[in-house]
Amino acid sequence: MKRWLPLVLFLVLVGFFAKGLFLNPREVPSPFIGRTAPAFTLPVVGNAGAPFSPADMKGKIWMLNIWAPWCVSCRQEHGFLMQLAQSGRIPIVGLNWKDADREAQALLARTGSPYVAVPDDLDGRVGIDYGVTGTPETYIIDRQGIVRLKHVGPIGPDVWQTKFEPTLKELGA
Amino acid sequence: MIPELGHFALIIALLLALTQAILPLYGAQRGNFTLMAVARPAAQGQFVFVAVAFACLAYSFLTNDFSVENVARNSFSQLPEVYRFTATWGSHEGSLLLWVLILGFWSTAVSVFSRRLPEDMAARVIGVMGLISVGFLAFLLTTSNPFERLLPAAIDGNDMNPLLQDWGMIIHPPMLYMGYVGFAVAFAFAIAALLSGKLDVAWARWSRPWTTVAWAFLTLGIVLGSWWAYRELGWGGWWFWDPTENASFMPWIAGTALMHSLAVTEKRGAFKAWTVLLALVTFALSLLGTFLVRSGVLSSVHAFATDPARGAFILGFLAVVIGASLALYAWRAPKMITGGGFTWFSRESLLLANNVILIAALGAVLLGTLYPLFMDAMGLGKISVGPPYFNAVFVPLMAPALFLMGIGPLARWKEASLPDLATRLKWALGVALAAGLLLPLTLDGFNPWASLGFFLAVWIALTVLAAFRDRLRHGQGSAMRKLAGLPRSFWGMQLAHLGIAVGVAGIAVVANYSAERDVRMEVGSHAELAGYTFTFRGAAAHDGPNYRAARGTVEVSRDGKPVATLHPEKRVYNASGMGMTEASVHPNVFRDLYVAMGEPLDGSDGAWTVRLFYKPFINWLWFGALLMVAGGFMAAADKRYRIALRRREVPQHLAAQGA
Repeated sequence: MKRWLPLVLFLVLVGFFAKGLFLNPREVPSPFIGRTAPAFTLPVVGNAGAPFSPADMKGKIWMLNIWAPWCVSCRQEHGFLMQLAQSGRIPIVGLNWKDADREAQALLARTGSPYVAVPDDLDGRVGIDYGVTGTPETYIIDRQGIVRLKHVGPIGPDVWQTKFEPTLKELGA
Repeated sequence: MIPELGHFALIIALLLALTQAILPLYGAQRGNFTLMAVARPAAQGQFVFVAVAFACLAYSFLTNDFSVENVARNSFSQLPEVYRFTATWGSHEGSLLLWVLILGFWSTAVSVFSRRLPEDMAARVIGVMGLISVGFLAFLLTTSNPFERLLPAAIDGNDMNPLLQDWGMIIHPPMLYMGYVGFAVAFAFAIAALLSGKLDVAWARWSRPWTTVAWAFLTLGIVLGSWWAYRELGWGGWWFWDPTENASFMPWIAGTALMHSLAVTEKRGAFKAWTVLLALVTFALSLLGTFLVRSGVLSSVHAFATDPARGAFILGFLAVVIGASLALYAWRAPKMITGGGFTWFSRESLLLANNVILIAALGAVLLGTLYPLFMDAMGLGKISVGPPYFNAVFVPLMAPALFLMGIGPLARWKEASLPDLATRLKWALGVALAAGLLLPLTLDGFNPWASLGFFLAVWIALTVLAAFRDRLRHGQGSAMRKLAGLPRSFWGMQLAHLGIAVGVAGIAVVANYSAERDVRMEVGSHAELAGYTFTFRGAAAHDGPNYRAARGTVEVSRDGKPVATLHPEKRVYNASGMGMTEASVHPNVFRDLYVAMGEPLDGSDGAWTVRLFYKPFINWLWFGALLMVAGGFMAAADKRYRIALRRREVPQHLAAQGA
């Protein structure tokens, strides 16, 4: 029987891999789902306007997108976020994570900004409060300021239809 | 037009690979020599067409053809020419094409250097390699076509990942793949032997040089990757136990075990079943490495935006190839008759111990790498396994292996005498113990791990000397003549073992006596580290072909005497906007001085955060690895692997004269 052992072990491994293919290793469930989004007050990029706080968005369903100018995956989703912003489906706030103000400003000036506000989390503390593990990450926050959805990774039309739209419908948006 | 030509060449290569796989394997089973004879030309033809496809892709990159999606995603018009060429294998599709190209290269090499093999053996080996080619070519054509067009064409490309724009990364993937794919040859030999039922000493002798060469390439590939990470990531680290690194390290450990086990099988006819299993496992781990890196099942630098169809394809392929070969093994294993017995203390038993320890280490690395996946798959939560785990299990396993490494080559086959060995090696043991205790004191204080490292390094080096002394004591003639007369396999083995000694010394020091500081530096300010004074002379704008950079100037002096002027850079690449830290290093035999720019500080004139590293003995690590590589190539070039070849050439020569 001993000679069959390598094959059996291998097949068990394959089983795990097959299961693993359908998991996202970066999808860490957020403890904030169903809870109030952590509060913060941060200056916005370029100091263009008053500091931003999630309390400013009370009464609206909105999206918090955590991004950075150096993040390649953020560029992938940029085009889709622009479309989304133009459609007026949902206001998007773009938290600039751990990066210098002027780089973000220059990039948004060049590529266009899908955001209604861009708070600047230079030292990454707000990111820590939200449990950010990498960029991009996106949250949907409801009218009462409660986190309803967390998504890790870039957003495209597919993800939007299968994950975001159902949540928005539930919230009656 | 050219990309379509490349696509077409790939399709022809797939058809040729099918021919290469099916006809010779069927022919070998039936004893049909006409069908077996198809193997060589089909393999060579397949290689030619894959090479044509590769050249077409390289051409598209070099000519900035942004109507090809792969080029548009991974290249950029301002990218220097050499990187435009290497961008050919910088993407997922391109690197798979390189994989197939190298497999074609190895198949062709087997077809050329297998003239002395029995016809059915050669046909089976080449046929099995053809089967692997079929899988990868089908993977390329169905899920990862590198020639996919982009309509309308992009105006410019997205640029190559700046991290990859380094010459270490130019040669790292080809070398790594030469190793990974080279193990396919040992795998094919094992399958051919299982199919024919002829698992004899000759099989082990044929497999040995191929395995050793593949191992040497893999060693080179891994060390290049490590050296790249050290210079390019700006953290001064050289090994992170990242899943991608482990993916290349696991086949290396298995390959090391295989090399040693093949030696026993060739010389003594023992361990046959085990050696065959190792050959299968080594290649399985190479495929597993490809799967882990390419599918994104593990969280790693490569993971995002991977296509599950790709992962499913590789997994299916892995399951079929390895599942079938392990089933074949289980079916055939009882037929293997093991030769020569040996006593508990002999070279065989020591090599067995080497294998047991290496496999335990392999298991530990495999478990640590896949543990997060197991937990996640069973819904037990998300965890990550980091360097503390790996260091805690790997180091204690390696210490006894390294100690036994000193004894193994000196022990006799079949039955060695422990008292005799003890007499011969007691001086080496004494000197090594003294070195382990005293050498750390010459550095910055005593450290038990450094002490252990020095002990093992000196022990291995002295046992290498003892092996040479043994050889020189017998026979006649001058010492130089005798040295020159030693077989290359002996030189190769000793060189590789000495490389381990040098590398272990390097690791022992760099892991325990490195120093680093994160400092804020204004223009003209000083910082002290490990007796060196670093003076910051400011940063100036410096533009490269496809990036803008701030280029710092840091003067290093020691006791008032200038040592070096370093120019670390902080780059921002034009196309991607990605930032990159380009460290500047001043190396010598005993240490590296390593400076990396952090961030500019606002509000003060030209001040920066700067990272300073003092890395003693780091270059011993690279040098030790290079000795291992050189040893591997030298051992593979041993005369006895070529004797049969020459024997065959003589009649041909005579035949020509007769005609």
